[in-house]
Amino acid sequence: MTLTTANLLQISNVTKRYSTVIANNDVSLNLFKGQIHALLGENGAGKSTLVKIIYGLVKPDVGDMILNNKVYAPENPKKARMSGVGMVFQHFSLFDALTVSQNVLLGMDKSISHNSLMDQIVDVSTSYGLPLNPNRIVGDLSAGERQRIEIVRCLLQKPKLLIMDEPTSVLTPNEINQLFNTLRKLSSQGTSILYISHKLEEVRALCDTATILRNGSIVKSFIPSKTTSAEIAELMVGQKVKPTIKIKSGLKETVLQVRNLSIKSKNTFGTNLKNINFELHQGEILGIGGVAGSGQDELLSALTGETNLEKNTLLYKNIDIGWMSPKQRREIGLLTAPEERLGHAAAPEMNLIENSLITAKNGHGLVKSGWINLSKAVKYAEDIINKFDVRTDSAKNSAKNLSGGNLQKFLIGRELNQNPEVLIVNQPTWGVDASAAQFIRQALLDLISKGNAVIIISQDLDELLEISDRFTALVNGSISKPQLTHTLSVSEIGLMLSTENRTGLEA
Amino acid sequence: MIQIRPRENKSNLLSAVTPVIAVILTMFFGGILFSFLGKNPFEAIKLIFWDPLMSETFADYARPQILVKAAPLILIALGLAVGFRANIWNIGAEGQFIMGALFSGAIGLAFYPSEHWFIFPLMITGGIIGGVLWAIIPGILKSRFNTNEILVSLMLVYIAEQALASASIGLLRNPEGSGFPGSRNLNQYPSASNPEIISGSGIHWGVVFAFLAVWFFHYLLKNHKFGFHIRLFGDAPRAAQFAGLKTEYIVLLCFSISGALAGVAGMFELTGPAGAITIDFNVGYGFTAIIVAFLGRLNPIGILLAGLLMALTYVGGEISQFMLGIPAAAIQVFQGMLLFFLLSIDVIVKYQISFSKTKAISNKS
Repeated sequence: MTLTTANLLQISNVTKRYSTVIANNDVSLNLFKGQIHALLGENGAGKSTLVKIIYGLVKPDVGDMILNNKVYAPENPKKARMSGVGMVFQHFSLFDALTVSQNVLLGMDKSISHNSLMDQIVDVSTSYGLPLNPNRIVGDLSAGERQRIEIVRCLLQKPKLLIMDEPTSVLTPNEINQLFNTLRKLSSQGTSILYISHKLEEVRALCDTATILRNGSIVKSFIPSKTTSAEIAELMVGQKVKPTIKIKSGLKETVLQVRNLSIKSKNTFGTNLKNINFELHQGEILGIGGVAGSGQDELLSALTGETNLEKNTLLYKNIDIGWMSPKQRREIGLLTAPEERLGHAAAPEMNLIENSLITAKNGHGLVKSGWINLSKAVKYAEDIINKFDVRTDSAKNSAKNLSGGNLQKFLIGRELNQNPEVLIVNQPTWGVDASAAQFIRQALLDLISKGNAVIIISQDLDELLEISDRFTALVNGSISKPQLTHTLSVSEIGLMLSTENRTGLEA
Repeated sequence: MIQIRPRENKSNLLSAVTPVIAVILTMFFGGILFSFLGKNPFEAIKLIFWDPLMSETFADYARPQILVKAAPLILIALGLAVGFRANIWNIGAEGQFIMGALFSGAIGLAFYPSEHWFIFPLMITGGIIGGVLWAIIPGILKSRFNTNEILVSLMLVYIAEQALASASIGLLRNPEGSGFPGSRNLNQYPSASNPEIISGSGIHWGVVFAFLAVWFFHYLLKNHKFGFHIRLFGDAPRAAQFAGLKTEYIVLLCFSISGALAGVAGMFELTGPAGAITIDFNVGYGFTAIIVAFLGRLNPIGILLAGLLMALTYVGGEISQFMLGIPAAAIQVFQGMLLFFLLSIDVIVKYQISFSKTKAISNKS
């Protein structure tokens, strides 16, 4: 750890509001020279907004910043870069068909000759341990190598502060180690790094200081190497308001059973599921928490029927249904709502009538011996629109023209309207405004009051603790034993979410 | 730099009239092309678009010819459009057309010279099977090994052409043809021929089949589950999977449908206008049908109109060739222009293009 006390960036009392939501509430933060500072928090805690303010993408409503003893209020990212602030985004913006050096050249603010740029790229990449051949075509490179281009692009402008937004989400363990070495080297030479992550182990391995944001406010700053993962997780979770305890006379009959489910992810950067076991009972909501990329997508597609399962890994009312297609599962009452609305749950160019046909069961008479009954389909879609308060002027609107909240109400409504025995939803309220989110949660609660069962996979812990009867967490593709939510203490939840008791990270 | 952004308010009217605008632009620039060749552009355009339908000299010959040429184009384009709507790109209809002709020809010739009522229907089935078998190859390779269907289907055209050449000098050669390449003329074999139903109208069974297929596919795509699945897969493949469709099933189905229609078109062409298997049996219907499919907006009714229009340029092109001596290649350029203008106007309709002087800053914001 570098012990410098010189201030680089002081953020004082920054507040940013988006209509009804406070993204940043009176945030004050000091960054020291040469320090690696982690910014932690759940999704929607306000990390990105704060970083966007520093990088000039968003202007704060209140508050000011001082960079190197000068007032700092960047109007745009270009001004921020000129003041010495660089940022590496989670998603890269590179042209696949161009070479490394051409890509870097395109991103330069100052004009520079191609040859001297090549030399500089080689210089920077060797001195910081970022092996990169400027003549390679970007399309041939791995995610780690692409990220190096973005880093080199920033370093060429000699930044005093480098912001990294979840840099390890696309990297292999080896690439992560390499990245950490580079970042340590940079910090030892006096560059400050603001490191956004929700992977606690990484933060503990790399960062000098960490600050936790929750609901837009700073909770605490601490030294991560002297704090356990469980303690950090507990801080991130906070003192949740306990929901009114639903008194239940024990658990009812089991409807869905997952037994020793292991799946290799189809996606190169996906997470393999490791020996997952849980049961779902009638009339309950099972909440599955965990940070993004812990295997949520893989678990959902195993449950929907998009992934083939081994025998006896998924049982519905004691019958093996692992072989069934999504359509067959729907017909026996197992319905799902995936996280990605446009492109997975809904077809963007199609209108709501056609989108309602994607999952509608044949029982509704919408399709008779293959022919679609258009007037019935229109009625069906309009029925969903009315019942679930979807704000749209017509059912003929295409899905992509609806706001996130309205489309989600429609998609959840599409499943609820079929009265599912088991409904599995992934991130039901992600990117949805507060009132729509409340509406969706209430609709799920109404469903279980009829004795049906729900699984919610979510990264919003508040949501899970508010409505789920039992809670478990998905961490690195494995799941802990579900516990009754109202009996869990904050530190127990923190422990379930932390990686400490599972596979550690090599760093 | 040039910025291209999707338009927010797409004009439906505009997208319906783009084919018309494309035709007008093609006439204009085609006219310039013809004048560079030293021909009178107005006369050339008139010969291509007007005379085949209206002039007393040509209409009697040209009107039936338009139907004869439009039928295979429409049949093939309908099949291609089904695949294109699902983002599955079968470019090899020409090969499937050849294979349909070869299979049906072989069946017909096998029965020569006996006369039976079932020979013709059997040949239709053979044409379908030949087209499907040839089309299913890129389909299987795509669904199993994720190969690029554009390349595979296109390359199979050249293999089919070799098979055609081999058959016309080998297996299917006319034993009484004194050694000339080419099969017996099926027009002289009543059980296996496809003559005009009404004499002088140009209408043979292929034309009837094409019109029926337009009607059938119009309802299939609009109101049947199948059409819905095709469109769903084209718009969001993952949503189609979520709905319970297997990617493999859609890919194979689309290839089978386009192969079947191309194959049956080859069968009608062989038994009707062409008459015999020859080395140069195929004249590019399978490729021109790609233009027809897009010109018709991948919509069956549109394809009907586009097929007739494209047939008109074929027949008109022939007339202008022998009246003005315009080279055949210039007519092909002219037809190519039509697709070019159609696609480029599409870009302008769907996207907003602006030019700005600021340098590209790719450090996203």
